[in-house]
Amino acid sequence: MKDPITPEVFAHLVDLAALELEPTQAEYLRLQLNHQLKAIQELESIPLESNVEISAHGVPYTAEISPAPREDIWKPYPEPADIIKQAPATDEGYIVVPEIPHITLK
Amino acid sequence: MTMNPCDQSAVELSKLLRRKEISAVEILESALERIDQVDGRPGTLNPGAITDADKQKVHSFITLTAERARAQAKEVDRKLKAGEDPGALAGIPLTVKDIFVLKGTPSTAASKILANFISPYTATPVSRLEAAGAVTLGKVNLDEFTYGSSNESSAFQPSPRNPWDTHTVPGGSSGGSAASVAAGEAVLSLGTDTAGSIRQPAAFCGVVGVKPTYGRVSRYGLIAFASSLDCPGPVARSVEDAALMLKVMAGADPSDDTAANIPVPDYLAELEKGVKGLRIGLSPDYFRITYPDPTSGELLMQAISPEIEASVRRAASLLKEMGAEIIEDVPMPNTRYGIPAYFVISRVEAASNLHRYDGVKYGFRTPEPTHELRDLYKKTRAQGFGPQPKLRILMGMYVSAAQYSEQYYNRALKVRTLIRRDFDTVFDKNGAYRLDALLTPTTPTTAFEMGAVYGDSVLMQYADQLTVPANHAGIPGLSLPAGLDSKRLPIGIQLLGADFSESVLFRIGRAFEQATETDAWRKEKPGVLAS
Repeated sequence: MKDPITPEVFAHLVDLAALELEPTQAEYLRLQLNHQLKAIQELESIPLESNVEISAHGVPYTAEISPAPREDIWKPYPEPADIIKQAPATDEGYIVVPEIPHITLK
Repeated sequence: MTMNPCDQSAVELSKLLRRKEISAVEILESALERIDQVDGRPGTLNPGAITDADKQKVHSFITLTAERARAQAKEVDRKLKAGEDPGALAGIPLTVKDIFVLKGTPSTAASKILANFISPYTATPVSRLEAAGAVTLGKVNLDEFTYGSSNESSAFQPSPRNPWDTHTVPGGSSGGSAASVAAGEAVLSLGTDTAGSIRQPAAFCGVVGVKPTYGRVSRYGLIAFASSLDCPGPVARSVEDAALMLKVMAGADPSDDTAANIPVPDYLAELEKGVKGLRIGLSPDYFRITYPDPTSGELLMQAISPEIEASVRRAASLLKEMGAEIIEDVPMPNTRYGIPAYFVISRVEAASNLHRYDGVKYGFRTPEPTHELRDLYKKTRAQGFGPQPKLRILMGMYVSAAQYSEQYYNRALKVRTLIRRDFDTVFDKNGAYRLDALLTPTTPTTAFEMGAVYGDSVLMQYADQLTVPANHAGIPGLSLPAGLDSKRLPIGIQLLGADFSESVLFRIGRAFEQATETDAWRKEKPGVLAS
């Protein structure tokens, strides 16, 4: 069977995933993805009757066990400087990033 | 090696502490001494060569917080002296899988991309354990972002090794948790289980591991992998200790809307009720595995290790002698689809969860110059993520793409429904089987050698074949040690039950422990503790 994830498809995925890969790693990952897809193909052989619904969770979240939404109360974090200082680059409390390019949507 | 405080159970240590026959500081120092003896150097991003000496050590830890732990232990001793209640886990040494955030400490997910992240808050399960007096020794290693079954994918090397034989893996992804408890470095550990990540390493390391029902324990502060599957849970050396730990950390949490609003039973009060009248099932679908041939991709079916099957059947026989009813030939036909469905669901959720790591708000940022924001994202993520997160992101994007989502993602979610139906059918109180629990092997094999599987992401995933159905279904699972194989490696057996039936699983597990308490293998010690 031809590998469904060709180098071209793979390159598109890498771009969507906001990654950059060295050629050796790219080839290893593409090979592994195609191996995984072979395992996933088994799903296609499973007979699914039309009444099979999707399950977002295994455990059904009934009204009895679902907690009520908590009150929407703003609670300021006591030491915001501790959070800001986690950012790799800051300037007077602002997070610094490089140029954000302007893109015209089609 | 004599019985040190760190080798005793949490329940026993609590009694000694309350009788003032030992102090929390003495318990802590015993654990720190053990860590010093067996752990070797902690995992780091730049480890250099892994030496022969490294290969004899356990390497559970990424971050040891000894001074913080000493302050906690002193506070427990102060409370005891003052006559205050120090909490149900007072003075008990605890390790925390480094996938939970803990305020003021590095919280790395074993990834370079979070290596410098100091959490500004604490995860709910950790804060509950500490509020009950547990003394946190530090953060233990795991597969990067929990993505693996051996711990070898950690960015922090040397990765953990199995205390029974340091040439074998501890399992994963909660490998540091299981190894630290097995080696007596900690009495309890907090892990997570997304496809078997508590139960599989517990089986490999000869300890007890619990995947609670999805929603039984809050996920607040757990760095997310697959949000519909992740479950925090206990790792311990006895069922009783695991029950004690789960009682402390379970329950609703305003910070996590998926934490179920169901009262937490007193598991310890239920523990000694025995198994008389309980219906326990055995399924042929758990005595074989299906896996793809590494070369051809052809699906092969194979029986599990005969020694493991014999351990399960012996457990069934012992439980029968204690009054349980054993139901044979319980069909669980969709078990084999657990891994293919997991390959899809977990990857889609992982890809979504990993998009937040971009080098902007926290964590690693590429040191290279970047000319625009997307360039920053790409370089940061390329350098910050190891191969396993990259694989999951790429696969998640592929199978959730608009043109493939019906074929893959929606189909996998329907297969999850089929897996859930298998369990609903056999646990139905008015059905043909009316089971209280299924008894299965935890793993198809015992611990494999370091390097034997790593690199083949498909074969590695199939190590979870007998554990992942419980994650799809959301039901609880308990792995407990049941002996040693001919290589002197631990064998784990698994109990699976209906939603929120942890107390029944604990009862059965406790009964099995009592039935086997004089077995010769129970006196054996992990290799790193052999004097």
